[in-house]
Amino acid sequence: MSTLSRPLRSRLSVRPNLLVGGLFLGMVLVAALVGLVWTPYDPLAIHLRARLAPPSGDFWLGTDEFGRDVLSRLLVGAGSSVWISVTTVLCAVGAGTLIGLTAGFFRGWLDRIAMTCNDALLAFPGILLALGLLAVLGPGRDGIILALGLAYTPLVVRVVRSTVLSLREREFVEASAVIGNGAAYTVFRHVLPNCLAPLTIMATAMFGWVLLSESALSFLGLGVPPPAPTWGNMLAASRPHLLTAPWLGILPGLCISFALLGINLLGDVLRDRLDPRMQGL
Amino acid sequence: MLRFVLQRVLLALPTLLLVSVTVFVLLRLVPGDPAALMLGDLADPQAVAALHADLGLDRTIGEQLLIWLGHVVRGDLGHSITNGLPVLPLILDRFSVSATIVVAAVVLATVIGVPAGLVAAWRQNGPLDLATVGTATLLLSIPSFWLGLLLLLLFGLELKWVPVVGYVPFAQDFWAALLYVILPVATLVLVEMGVLTRMARSSTLEVLRLDYITHARAKGLSEGRVLLRHALPTAFAPTLTLIGLILGNLLGGIAVVETVFTLPGLGRLMVDAIYARDYPVIQGCLLFTALVYVVVNLLVDLCYPLFDPRVAA
Amino acid sequence: MSRAPLLSVEGVSLALPSGLGLVEDASFRLEAGEVAGIVGESGSGKTLLARGILGLLPPPVRATTGRILFDGADLLALPARSLRRYRGRRIGMVFQEPMTSLNPAISIGEQMAEGLRLHERLSGGEIRRRMVAMLERIRIPDPEACLSAYPHEFSGGMRQRIMLASVMLLRPALLIADEPTTALDCLVQREVLDLMLELTRSEGTAVLMISHDLAMVASRASRVVVMQQGRVVEQDSSERILLRPSHPYTRSLLAALPRRQPARPETEGRPTLLDIRDLSVVFPGRRGLLRRRAPKWAVDGVSLSIREGEILALVGGSGSGKTTLGRAVVRLVRPSGGQLLFRGADVFADGIDARRHALACQIVFQDPFASLDPRMRVDAVVAEPLRHEAGLDRAARRRRVAETLDEVGLGRDFLDRYPHQLSGGQRQRVAIARAIVRRPALLVADEPVSALDMTVQRQILGLLRSLQDRLGFACLFISHDLAAVEQVADRVAVMQDGRIVETAPRDALFDAPRHPYTRALLSAMPALEPQPDGGFRLRRRIAPEPERLRSHG
Repeated sequence: MSTLSRPLRSRLSVRPNLLVGGLFLGMVLVAALVGLVWTPYDPLAIHLRARLAPPSGDFWLGTDEFGRDVLSRLLVGAGSSVWISVTTVLCAVGAGTLIGLTAGFFRGWLDRIAMTCNDALLAFPGILLALGLLAVLGPGRDGIILALGLAYTPLVVRVVRSTVLSLREREFVEASAVIGNGAAYTVFRHVLPNCLAPLTIMATAMFGWVLLSESALSFLGLGVPPPAPTWGNMLAASRPHLLTAPWLGILPGLCISFALLGINLLGDVLRDRLDPRMQGL
Repeated sequence: MLRFVLQRVLLALPTLLLVSVTVFVLLRLVPGDPAALMLGDLADPQAVAALHADLGLDRTIGEQLLIWLGHVVRGDLGHSITNGLPVLPLILDRFSVSATIVVAAVVLATVIGVPAGLVAAWRQNGPLDLATVGTATLLLSIPSFWLGLLLLLLFGLELKWVPVVGYVPFAQDFWAALLYVILPVATLVLVEMGVLTRMARSSTLEVLRLDYITHARAKGLSEGRVLLRHALPTAFAPTLTLIGLILGNLLGGIAVVETVFTLPGLGRLMVDAIYARDYPVIQGCLLFTALVYVVVNLLVDLCYPLFDPRVAA
Repeated sequence: MSRAPLLSVEGVSLALPSGLGLVEDASFRLEAGEVAGIVGESGSGKTLLARGILGLLPPPVRATTGRILFDGADLLALPARSLRRYRGRRIGMVFQEPMTSLNPAISIGEQMAEGLRLHERLSGGEIRRRMVAMLERIRIPDPEACLSAYPHEFSGGMRQRIMLASVMLLRPALLIADEPTTALDCLVQREVLDLMLELTRSEGTAVLMISHDLAMVASRASRVVVMQQGRVVEQDSSERILLRPSHPYTRSLLAALPRRQPARPETEGRPTLLDIRDLSVVFPGRRGLLRRRAPKWAVDGVSLSIREGEILALVGGSGSGKTTLGRAVVRLVRPSGGQLLFRGADVFADGIDARRHALACQIVFQDPFASLDPRMRVDAVVAEPLRHEAGLDRAARRRRVAETLDEVGLGRDFLDRYPHQLSGGQRQRVAIARAIVRRPALLVADEPVSALDMTVQRQILGLLRSLQDRLGFACLFISHDLAAVEQVADRVAVMQDGRIVETAPRDALFDAPRHPYTRALLSAMPALEPQPDGGFRLRRRIAPEPERLRSHG
């Protein structure tokens, strides 16, 4: 391969991104896991005499307007957000891949129907569809997973389908047919494994989008209903007390930003590694 | 070229239809009598019966769809349960607020972000590039509602430079309106700048690798001219698509910023309607926002040939 | 009279920041008005050296030593601003890929005028006049309309001509042509090359051609520079290099030039294996909204037969339909008319016979990079076809895979490698192994060596021939490269626009072609006559036809 056709490998990838991203995301995941088994205080427990207390030895990150320990709530909130995001991404990727594979490989009327439905859903921007679904389903943890899952599946379908469409034309897929392999075998043995790279990139990015969407919906009061803590609804509740207790407004947002930054940095590294243009170099 | 325009416009029509049908189906998924839902719990039975007949709820679902479409096309989206106002004028009024902020933010973000991405790509791996990408990544990892809260805290509550609550239309008082709008716009600009800068940078990097850039240099053109005349137009095209997506995303998610800054926008309208189970308004907002999105995408598509003439072939 | 040469490259080395040397101590000279060529395979550094002359090296690569003297000035030592004054005005460059070297977003006229406006003080009207005149010289129909058109409206050959026009408009003293015709069809290649030489000759421009095609360069240039792995190994007049090359690498390049092998025993009496009867393949016109495109007859009533054990070559330019025909034979494309009979049975009928045919006809594709699944190891790739072969247990399968890999010249240590760890030639060997592991009756080879380096081409062609000798399969050898066909084929069929225009045994076709298209194809080959001592001499094979055949570019 000519030296000239090699893209300039950006120095911005790998080392620092991997370390920092991994660190941030790791911290969030650890917090989520810790929150499952232990918190300094019961996140729902009210301490009337220590309301709106700044960070101190007793309450490391302070308390909210009901005297609930912020650190405990943040930990449990981490678990909540991570659980919702992971489940949503798994569902969206699973369903989307199945539909995208079938539609893209077999074409015909199946493809047309799938694409029509997909385009209908894609015509709703951002979280609008999720909002609409929540209006119908009512707020709650399962409602969010279903709403966000349905809102993000069309993106997966589109990516998988377009990857499959281009893979279909590649000679090694044609060779599989000439050798005598059936369609199903070709799809699972040759097409699907080569979809993993774009799927992984999409799944990583989607994890971030879903996390953000879930926080936004919770912020609007349409997510996990109180008193269960999520970072989003903690931010929402902090609004009346911003001047007197700024840590209530700063900390949950900081957590969300940490998580998103970690995901974005790792996503960059992943994209650099898996970008097909850079493959085989 | 005319054929291209016609083609795109014609392709947008089925999408509009699809959107309407989806909204129709979505609202029908709510359990209960649709007429009762539209009029709320306190409606009197006669009105419900009248609407029942009007919507044709005794007929087949296909006919109901057509009747409903007929209403929509005529602009009749019902009346809000909460305050009895007709839905469409209400939406349009709120939309003007949201649109002002969104458009201003996107324009500013493009004007700042795209050149930044371009220059970063040109000086790839230099200190400017690293700083730009670092800042951009940081910015796009910050949730807009949190950034808005922080800005509100700093500039509104601590420093008291801008008012914290409320809104004044520009038509009424330009300078006051500006004060109300400056923080929400700044929030959105900061968040979207990150995405745009990265996109502009990566598409410029791709273009700079292409043969015709080397060819342009081989003609003896200066770096500046190569960058602006040859790299920018083609590199801008994918960014244009992204701008369309961002506009759409912001329209869908503007509710959070409106909540933080207490602005009477379309997002807030819809969220309140969801709380209140004000189905006519929910339906109207869904339809309207999706429709605007389709039109925005259409406009983006039509602008594309300006940057990449191959599309119109 | 000894005059300073126009261009003198002296001891130039190009390297990456890590220290890896890409070109080492390269030196050569070029006189004013002379046509010279740099020949080398991939990795030779020829393209980098050419770009280095104009300072267009990709950013990590830098020149570490040496001088490039052009008309007295050392180009390597000049600051960027001064170097820009040489670009375009004194030294012009034409690139390899016509599809990507013109800016798709700017009209042709705008791009052509840009250089003129930069380097000369001319009025708008004068610029336009000169552009139209140049476009007429390169025989573009309707030059005025061309000026406001965009690159995507033209074919590859025309784009290359437009690029030539655009560069020659500035009347440079030196033209660097980097693989100018590699991406083009063979007939179009010749037109573009002839055009380039005609334009440069009339302006007195010196030409430096970069190419991997030794025959093409030697037949047009007066001097040849041979590069290998970043070094200049030999440079001399083209006659001498062809006749008596001194460096072993040059000799291996010459040896790699395909030459006619003795004809094999007559295949006339053998039974017919594949009978193609009046086959047609139509690609339906695209029906977008508001637009209709005419359907394309890729294969139009072709009748052909392949006998057991014979190598039939199918030759034609791009768009001739030869690839489509090959794909139809292995059932990758459904014909719209006619029949394909394999040992008497209709291939496209449903049922057992069709399946038997499918398993007995295999294909080797052109692009070795795309024809192997990047996620499968070599042993899995070669073993996969054995899934359909009855009566083989795992051990037997493994043995067969190892045997087949041996037959294609790859050792056991290739078994657990991935495609991206192999070179182009090695990948093609794996593809061949995959195709023959079931001992097929017919092998369709679709341009199997076009994407490979010359020395590797020779190896693969030799491999195909020896495998065919040993295993006795019939072969449909599809190619646009007549030289390769001359080496390998028993019989040759020539295709143009979806139809077969001539079929003949190899020697008959090459020595006495009858159809005008065949003659045009043959005359586009550089004529090299092998000498007894291993060298070559240039010879005009066929007098060029005065009629201008409808070209595809």
